[in-house]
Amino acid sequence: MPGPIQSIQRAAEVLKLLAHGGAHQLSVGEISRALDLPKPTVHGILRTLHEVGFVEQPVEGGKYRLGAALFQIGTSYLDGNELRAKALNWSDSLAMRAREAVRIGVLHGKHVLVVHHVFRPDNSRQTLDTGALLPWHATALGKALVAFGEWPDGELRRFTRHTLDEAGLRLALDQALVRDWAYDLHELVEGEASVAAPIRDGRGAVVGAIGVSGPVERLCEAPDQPPRLELVSYVREAARSISRELGGLSW
Amino acid sequence: MSYIAAIDQGTTSSRCIVFDQSGGIVSVAQREHRQIFPKPGWVEHDASEIWTNVQSVVRDALAHASLSYTDIAAFGITNQRETTVVWDKATGEPVHNAIVWQDTRTDALIKSLGDQNRFRERSGLPLATYFSGPKLRWLLDNVSGLRERAERGEVLFGTMDTWLIWNLTGRHVTDVTNASRTMLMNLETLDWDPELVSAMDVPRSMLPEIRSSSEVYGNYEGVPVASALGDQQAALFGQTCFEAGEGKCTYGTGAFLLINTGDKPVQSANGLLTTVGYKIGDEPAAYALEGAVAVTGALVQWFRDKVGLISSAAEIETLARTVDDNGGAYFVPAFSGLFAPHWRSDARGVIAGLTGYISRGHLARAVLEASAWQTREVVDAMNADSGVDLTTLRVDGGMTANNLLMQFLSDVLDVPVVRPIVAETTCLGAAYAAGLAVGYWSSTDELKANWHKAAEWEPSMEPAARDKGYRKWKKAVERTVGWMDEDDD
Ligand SMILES: Nc1ncnc2c1ncn2[C@@H]1O[C@H](COP(=O)(O)OP(=O)(O)O)[C@@H](O)[C@H]1O
Ligand SMILES: [Mg+2]
Repeated sequence: MPGPIQSIQRAAEVLKLLAHGGAHQLSVGEISRALDLPKPTVHGILRTLHEVGFVEQPVEGGKYRLGAALFQIGTSYLDGNELRAKALNWSDSLAMRAREAVRIGVLHGKHVLVVHHVFRPDNSRQTLDTGALLPWHATALGKALVAFGEWPDGELRRFTRHTLDEAGLRLALDQALVRDWAYDLHELVEGEASVAAPIRDGRGAVVGAIGVSGPVERLCEAPDQPPRLELVSYVREAARSISRELGGLSW
Repeated sequence: MSYIAAIDQGTTSSRCIVFDQSGGIVSVAQREHRQIFPKPGWVEHDASEIWTNVQSVVRDALAHASLSYTDIAAFGITNQRETTVVWDKATGEPVHNAIVWQDTRTDALIKSLGDQNRFRERSGLPLATYFSGPKLRWLLDNVSGLRERAERGEVLFGTMDTWLIWNLTGRHVTDVTNASRTMLMNLETLDWDPELVSAMDVPRSMLPEIRSSSEVYGNYEGVPVASALGDQQAALFGQTCFEAGEGKCTYGTGAFLLINTGDKPVQSANGLLTTVGYKIGDEPAAYALEGAVAVTGALVQWFRDKVGLISSAAEIETLARTVDDNGGAYFVPAFSGLFAPHWRSDARGVIAGLTGYISRGHLARAVLEASAWQTREVVDAMNADSGVDLTTLRVDGGMTANNLLMQFLSDVLDVPVVRPIVAETTCLGAAYAAGLAVGYWSSTDELKANWHKAAEWEPSMEPAARDKGYRKWKKAVERTVGWMDEDDD
């Protein structure tokens, strides 16, 4: 067995240093001082790590931080509080344009966890339901998330006569995958509909979904029609703006 | 379709937000700048870096929405207040880093100026390190040759609004809201007060012309630059608090509760500031009472950057939710002394109630709770001054994304907390004021119709728990005062 490879050891040291305490950004000089390595060596290591995406340099000639590719090997988890903070402006704009309530959800087992909720902008009395759990299979948010993820285990409870069964759901998910948006029509509550689109992070993974919901007569042309295309485009635009905020799309 | 672009030159970052006629956000670009801490208690910004950042966020915000300057009906400006910069009139080079509002280097100077209330009636402000006048005086006293150059008319003073407008349009002006934070402006005349200017010993000739908050100051890239408001006043405007009695609290680096008091300045008996709320063109000014808290979001940022237990500000909520309460720990972030309602520049920060039981989750809670308890103190002062109890708190700013904090805030105030549909009310207010100046919007009534409730948190804390928490908080505050000694610098 050959001995340990020094350059890999050193690269690991650099990564650990950058990871210490989270989103730390460090300059070549700082790393070289901390690890007691010559600057050119550190520079070489960083250049290679940069090439494979394990480190990033947000400003050219500036400091380094851990790169998106590194997280790809880890988990695809995005802090829900982080998502809310990044989405705030765009979810507000969506609520204003759609004149409906907006929710952002992440998958949580077989449920959608609501991480953000913006009231319908009519100053009526509404209750914040951040933290609530919604069934994935009867909501647009859930379908938009599962279409790009794994099918959650568990029974598909029927809430109304319109709640889809497994076959119907598989079709709906295929459609969502192609269209990049999903909807529900009377499936959770009779007379209500919702539209949602996926939110992507810096490496293109779906980390959440944003959508609007409301009465069928406001969201759809007719009670048996999917939500109006204008609404769909507002929702998709908001999803794209948030994805951009997360580094998932370029401008 | 045309748009209004607001430039928000904040304490932590500069951003540009493009709004449409309904007040909806079309595009955002943001850039953080360096916080320079040369010594304990000193905070500086590089004004040139900020100007570079402002130019790039404007460019980026337009590019993100595929807009050009011809699509913009006006630029509005809002800024971190009191931060002071002096620059060479000929070259545009700052003579020194900007001294940031949180900076306490003028402590000794303030003490030498006498009684804390000496300038209160004229300026509305207690003598404190916070305001621009003393910072300007410090520069004149400490930057070699500066006083002579100032007397020869070679250098100009400004707060960040003035610095930006000068760079954007070439004019040396400020607005009444920013001027009201210099401790050099007379609240009644809305002009530089000869007595204040001479007491502070600064040359009148380096001060900008004071204009209204909503008028065309000049053009940048052919677009009118049509408003300037201090960030907190801009948020008041963005929340459409146009009637006496209406107010809001904005949570950013610090927290600032402002209540519109109508067309007369009202003096506070409880440690609040009297300030100008806004002035639209030739209309009479609206005044406000203000409860200024120096450190709220800055504590979260400190926790992120200096302690390193979290990697983003939003993660503080995740960490705080790993425990059910603060475990008995209270964090009083008197980093720049205590602002309202105490005004103690000799105070420094304290974590009280530490035991071996306290984990990082408890500390994260204590960090967030500090914002709420400090708000409680200024709300109590506001209630005492007005004789009427606040019934709802309108909030805005970056920290309102934090649900745990908003719920706790409602709990300790025992009133509902309401967030409007645009949390970026600072930018929105600057956009509104600029839009009014160029006729993009017709009236404040039209703006009021854009205000909608986006979220509401209802109080749910037991009165006994609230009272106990507040009692402990007050004990922790007592432990911060008198920390600084004569030989500290
Ligand atoms: N989700 C959050 N939880 C707690 N604090 C936050 C959150 N998001 C932002 N902040 C804090 O808010 C501040 C930024 O808000 P902002 O309104 O941009 O401030 P400013 O205008 O003073 O620069 C930072 O100090 C940051 O720590
Ligand atoms: Mg701000």
